[in-house]
Amino acid sequence: MSLNNRKLQYSLAANEAFHQMMGEDESVFLIGQGVKSPWYVGNTARGLLERFGPDRVIDTPVSENAVTGAAVGAAMSGMRSVVVHPRMDFMMYALDPIINQAANWYYMNGGKLSVPIVFWGIINRGGEQAAQHSQALHTILGHIPGLKVVMPSTPYDAKGLMISAIKDDNPVVYIDDRWLHSTEGVVPEEIYEVPIGKGAIRREGNDVTLVAVSFIMRHALEAAAELAQENIEVEVIDLRTIKPLDKDLVLESVKKTGRLAVADSGWKTYGLAAEISAFVFEEAFDSLKAPFVRVTLPDLPAPASSALEKLYYPTTKDIVRAIRGMVNK
Amino acid sequence: MKKYSKDFLRQLYRTMLRIRVCEESLVDPILNGDVRCPVHLCSGEEAVAAGICASLNETDYIFGNHRSHGHFLAKGGRIDVLVAEIYGKETGCSRGRGGSMHLIDPENGMMGAAPIVAGTISLAVGAALASHIRREKRVSVSFFGDGATNEGVLFECMNLASLKKLPIIFVCENNFYATHMPVAECRPECDIADIAKPFNIPNVRVDGNNVLKVFETAKEAVAACRDGSGPFFIEAITYRLRGHVGPDDNIQGTHTDIRPQEEIDMWKKKDPIINFERYLLDNDVLSESEVSEIKREIDQEVREAHVFADNSSYPEESELNAYVFK
Repeated sequence: MSLNNRKLQYSLAANEAFHQMMGEDESVFLIGQGVKSPWYVGNTARGLLERFGPDRVIDTPVSENAVTGAAVGAAMSGMRSVVVHPRMDFMMYALDPIINQAANWYYMNGGKLSVPIVFWGIINRGGEQAAQHSQALHTILGHIPGLKVVMPSTPYDAKGLMISAIKDDNPVVYIDDRWLHSTEGVVPEEIYEVPIGKGAIRREGNDVTLVAVSFIMRHALEAAAELAQENIEVEVIDLRTIKPLDKDLVLESVKKTGRLAVADSGWKTYGLAAEISAFVFEEAFDSLKAPFVRVTLPDLPAPASSALEKLYYPTTKDIVRAIRGMVNK
Repeated sequence: MKKYSKDFLRQLYRTMLRIRVCEESLVDPILNGDVRCPVHLCSGEEAVAAGICASLNETDYIFGNHRSHGHFLAKGGRIDVLVAEIYGKETGCSRGRGGSMHLIDPENGMMGAAPIVAGTISLAVGAALASHIRREKRVSVSFFGDGATNEGVLFECMNLASLKKLPIIFVCENNFYATHMPVAECRPECDIADIAKPFNIPNVRVDGNNVLKVFETAKEAVAACRDGSGPFFIEAITYRLRGHVGPDDNIQGTHTDIRPQEEIDMWKKKDPIINFERYLLDNDVLSESEVSEIKREIDQEVREAHVFADNSSYPEESELNAYVFK
């Protein structure tokens, strides 16, 4: 197998990023609930405790606020912290250190002290886990000045964006989705960075621009393949970073296609799809041939019962239907 | 008495007096509207900042709160950049982006301050964690008020710090009021030092208006932390002679109507600076003329700080967007 065609699981790609960054830089450390337990973090932390010891791979009691704050304080004091929240819902306990403290620290102190930290949150949708184990809360964090928010959809990006997030001198929220962890893709063995704030075109097309991110990229690509059978050529953009947004990439595509669809795994109101649609409206209104469409979660909490769950989560079909509707108008 | 050098005692006195004179110099500018940001004066509480910081090295960390002018100065901060910050000037310690509640001086170990009650305690734990990971023996101090003892994160922090044996000193400045609310209305019992006990953290309640007692306690705490026997909890009993925010002293009968006049009068008799000055004079550490000379120097330093702030520019409008990201 050649070096550059090696395939790796998404979760092991992140794991490799930790091994390489912790091996290269003694100031990098991992802290959070369950970092030594595959039950919490799957195989993302495999081998780290054995290699780097409990001082740099710190399993903690359930104290999200204090633990996240400690990770922030350590980052202010010369470390590069990675703090994991194995279920993003529990990260809500830590919004004070994330939003009030880390996001504001550099600005409100006039650039005197930056906070090089990665807030790593894992979304755990589905599985009849109901409303407090499955929320996709990325847009809450994308709203906050001073935070960068990345959401890799491929193993390649999982590694490259984690490395970029760790190397960044600012607070970066890194959000992945448990459903992505077992996916496989090509991951180079060397240390490499995926630039924060840059999206990628995953499929080219001239009829519709479809913007998506993280897990729902899978549905977006399936939808584009299906629509191609009907001669609707969809250009699929993987945002990869939701803050700062790669506006140029989206605008350039919309100017070519004249149509915008956004698929997001979060809620509709005030969500990522609303933000993308708004800036396209502001900056490329004259290019639009049709109203934009948004495929998102409905504005309600996640139900437990699978009978309701299957209605709740957007599917490939929902995206196909939405795009077909806008093209045939 | 004999165990302290004259220089050390003079320095403690100077530290407290610098804080007091600086604080009181802000009263008129606040009242006449030249200072517009919220200012929480620490007049009356100087012995805590001075006593604790005298036990620390330059490389030790401290984190403050909304009332942190004293912490900033006691850790080695300059008065002129403090005053300039309060006036919102580019030369301020936070380049005018933070105001009175966001003071920082990383070169001297003052890592920042923030008014979210208890919000910086976990940050100080994190600095101690960094020191622990790097095996540096640097100590971290978290300054917070009695109000912060009603926030859950303090208890998470004590648990985490004790569990990992981190070199952190929790310093609760108990001034008996959380903004307007007396501590007795906030807590079913008021022996705050006791809250550290269930976490196996050594805890001491100390007269926070007696700078030498604060220093001795802090020295013990610092030694424990450097020795790997941290954390440590200090409750310093003190009182603010001014109101929660601004110069108002919140005397009952005035518009703010919070504190009894007799209570304030009683605490004025316990003024940490006046009492320490008398102690130094009585014990021939300082002469009357030395005291006058120190006062003259500090008055001049503070006056010059205001001139510095006054002569400094506001941040450039073109730099509104600077410092969001590094």
